[in-house]
Amino acid sequence: MSDSPALETAALGKRYASNWALHDCELSIPTGSVTALVGPNGAGKTTLLQLAVGLIEPTTGTIAVLGHDPRSEPLAVLPRVGFVAQDHPLPRRFTIAETLRLGRELNPSWDDAVAERRIDELGLSRRQRVGTLSGGQQAQVALTLALAKQPQLLLLDEPVASLDPLARREFLTGVLQAVTETGITVVLSSHIVTDLERVCDRLIILADGRTQLVGPIEDILAGHRLLTGPRTTAAGVARVHEVIRESHTERQTTLLVRANGHVYDADWELHEVDLEEIVLAYLGQTSDTMRAAVAR
Amino acid sequence: MIAFHLETRSGVPTYLQIVQQVRQAVRLGILHPGDQLPTVKEVVEQLTINPNTVLRAYRELDLEGLVEGRRGVGTFVASGQPPLPPDDVKTLRSSLRRWVDRARAAGLDDENLAALFADTVRPSSISRVA
Repeated sequence: MSDSPALETAALGKRYASNWALHDCELSIPTGSVTALVGPNGAGKTTLLQLAVGLIEPTTGTIAVLGHDPRSEPLAVLPRVGFVAQDHPLPRRFTIAETLRLGRELNPSWDDAVAERRIDELGLSRRQRVGTLSGGQQAQVALTLALAKQPQLLLLDEPVASLDPLARREFLTGVLQAVTETGITVVLSSHIVTDLERVCDRLIILADGRTQLVGPIEDILAGHRLLTGPRTTAAGVARVHEVIRESHTERQTTLLVRANGHVYDADWELHEVDLEEIVLAYLGQTSDTMRAAVAR
Repeated sequence: MIAFHLETRSGVPTYLQIVQQVRQAVRLGILHPGDQLPTVKEVVEQLTINPNTVLRAYRELDLEGLVEGRRGVGTFVASGQPPLPPDDVKTLRSSLRRWVDRARAAGLDDENLAALFADTVRPSSISRVA
């Protein structure tokens, strides 16, 4: 494992006409990590991934992937990166055998054994046409093509958005098997937060083209708390901690805070918050558990 | 061999849940010295979790001296880990069972039971924030 980051950006921005799809993005993704890129549709997730594979050009700043600029040194980047685009587009009329052959022809570092083993494990016949496969199976075939390239970095754009919960689990298990076996670095974007806590070790929250929160998931969980107490303003707490979201009922106030050190305050009851709650708070939404906590 | 389970909304970090389940299995005599823990690959496939999380849990257990990793072979429960004496566990369990019956008779539901127990075990209920 090398010490240099797998992906690093500095002041990275992308503007379409007058609209900044990504703005002032500063990221460093360590080698060997599994990073979730989370945000609503239109937050800039796809833009960031497309910048990483050089499909589009930055308006400002720089991006380095495996130590190289994907636009000026594509040959130093692209053979070492597996990319599964949103909705994993594959030629629908190709059989699986033809699809694998396409992958073999296009990729010098192609490993047939990896591809064949995965297709066997998925229980698929090489004569089946891609267009006849279920959504989950198509996603798995797209993942197989990406992994057989033997990449060092795997970029997945909304890989599980269109899958049912079982297919989602199976797909993510496939990704994690590759992580276990090869130590590959993974960045996966998602607007579905379920499962990310167990699958990923780092999180990037994007909203409105800006990074809202970046770091190891464990630190993020340890650093956030939900405070409930009698109705008051957030001003007192806000002097010490960063208040991410506040909500009030007639008698009660609920604050989700990013804690600055320890919270010892007899006026507030402290609750741990799960990752989904934290993500929603940063995205400025209110979820059911939050309301339940207020009502309790 | 034991199988791990995860409570995803518990707020307890995943690696810590694995650590706690191994500790408990050793204490209750479900795992014996020399028993092998599931391999990282097996846990990853069973729970769909990040292998780094499993490695982290096993490293923590290794530091505690509860297990020992043998490179290229696997992770095993260390020797010299006496479980709780089975007779004591049996006696304590039956007196706890009587306590639970009394509490239920007094109208406490499972949630109240758990809260009362947790509160008694951990008298200072001030939570920490890292």
